[in-house]
Amino acid sequence: MSAAQDDRNVAPLRAIELQQAIEFIWREADLLDAQDYPSWLALWSVTGHYVIPIDRNGDDHAAHLNVVYDDHAMREARIQRLRSGLSMSASPSARTVRTVSRFRALDDVEGASVIRCAQHLVEYKYDRTRILAADVTYRLVRTDSGLILDQKVVRLINSDDALFGIGYLL
Amino acid sequence: MTQEAATPGYDSLVLDDRVHTSLYTDPAIFEAEMDKIFNNTWVWVAHASEIPAAGNFKMSHVGRQPVIVTRGNDGRVHVLLNRCRHRAGSVCEERKGKTSVFVCRYHGWSYDITGRLRGVPHSAGCDAGFDKKDYPLVSLRVEEYAGLIFATFRNDIQPLDEYLGRAKKWIDLFMKQGAGFGVKASGAHRFRFRGNWKIQLENTTDAYHFPIVHRSFLTSLDDETEELFDVLGQGGWVEDLGNGHSVMVMIPDLIDLEANLDAPIPERFQALADELSKDHPPELVRRVVRAVGGTGFNINLFPNVACSMAFFRVLRPVAVDETEITHIAITMDGGPEAANRARLRLHEHFQGPMGFGSPDDAEGWERVQRGAASGENLWILLNRGKERDVSAETGMRAAYQMWKRIMST
Repeated sequence: MSAAQDDRNVAPLRAIELQQAIEFIWREADLLDAQDYPSWLALWSVTGHYVIPIDRNGDDHAAHLNVVYDDHAMREARIQRLRSGLSMSASPSARTVRTVSRFRALDDVEGASVIRCAQHLVEYKYDRTRILAADVTYRLVRTDSGLILDQKVVRLINSDDALFGIGYLL
Repeated sequence: MTQEAATPGYDSLVLDDRVHTSLYTDPAIFEAEMDKIFNNTWVWVAHASEIPAAGNFKMSHVGRQPVIVTRGNDGRVHVLLNRCRHRAGSVCEERKGKTSVFVCRYHGWSYDITGRLRGVPHSAGCDAGFDKKDYPLVSLRVEEYAGLIFATFRNDIQPLDEYLGRAKKWIDLFMKQGAGFGVKASGAHRFRFRGNWKIQLENTTDAYHFPIVHRSFLTSLDDETEELFDVLGQGGWVEDLGNGHSVMVMIPDLIDLEANLDAPIPERFQALADELSKDHPPELVRRVVRAVGGTGFNINLFPNVACSMAFFRVLRPVAVDETEITHIAITMDGGPEAANRARLRLHEHFQGPMGFGSPDDAEGWERVQRGAASGENLWILLNRGKERDVSAETGMRAAYQMWKRIMST
């Protein structure tokens, strides 16, 4: 639809897109809690980056030290490691349950949608339950076969504080 | 003094080839360590590049005591207790930054960057004899070697230079990874584990665990790099450097990063070398690529810092069964951006809460603490390697002999 003159037409269109995005993001959250990592990998574009920065401000993640800065090859290696049975922090890993909400569409240009949302993740291992809260920003791209994940930036509220060994994905 | 008489002899808990389980688990021993060790020896607090200019500061700790490390207008480094002299409020709550003044937000007492008390609101209400000169922030003795800044509460212990002793030669070698630009602290991973601080102290000088704990890291590498990280198979060794310090050489080829500059460029750095070659002369490319992956050894400096291959590893005791670890990434100060980014990516690959290595280390250390809850009369064995062998537990024995020396006085 080209340049709608009437703003009233824009709102419902965006609302539908947001709903699609939410369904995509909920499915991704479900795959991660279920540790279905091969299906998770398949959500991604080859050029996309999965980032967990230390500095919550700024977008030039490549120039700074991050908790995670994964391109396609590193994502594949990370999944292989988590599934290998050779990593004692991941076998067994903590169990996780996450809730994603407070969705807001920030931008929508050239077939890409940027969605920001809140994530509360609870993990349990041994005798301990912990919580990790984060603002998560997704860039989703429309393709003929549906949405694909082009960037995911997880900004933990305590990203610059002491964390702990994390044997799963945020 | 009467307390000391009542405690069992610490020297009976550290033998030549083993230490007693209570060193991991006894809260009374932990309390004694905080005083005897951390309040009475040189403790690492910062790297000079973290406070490069006048007015820069960072928060740090000496044992459990929060301190601020600052750089004065004359360039001198100060280490100050983060505690107002009036009613103990903290005067700094920013992890790092730049300022000319620290203010206690409770009653507004203010101090300059060197710790001098400058302002007291409503000072007319103070006693007639009150003199601001008498109430500076408590300042520790500070000395520096090769950019490593240490502090101590003691004015009568040996100079840092002497304390580091034979470790200095290795520190000099470690700093060569600045590739002529200088070493710069460039961000850090911090994480905690539920375990005693000495478990981490041991780990820095433990090559034995590497192929076991870090198998999933090793399998994520290309073949050539995996071979490089076959740390038990390269003729490495461990050396006691005195005063609890030690060095563990895992990759002898990477001891001197200014040597072998003509060696073939490793496959994993070929793309980087090609990129650097566009803007830089071949000699500089060689030097940078040779240094970009860091050194082949770990220097363990008693009690709280290690120069570990390509980064600084800092431990902070929190409780008898809780420790905070900081892994400070290193880049070349003003060096080529592509090379510095490569260093950051290498650091992320292994270190940090979601690195391919550190979470497994942390899990292993927590399991040690969990295991040490049973068999309270058993011992921790440190008896490997009487001969020259990289998996020898020589460095741990060196650290515990220092522990024994300090704790028994």
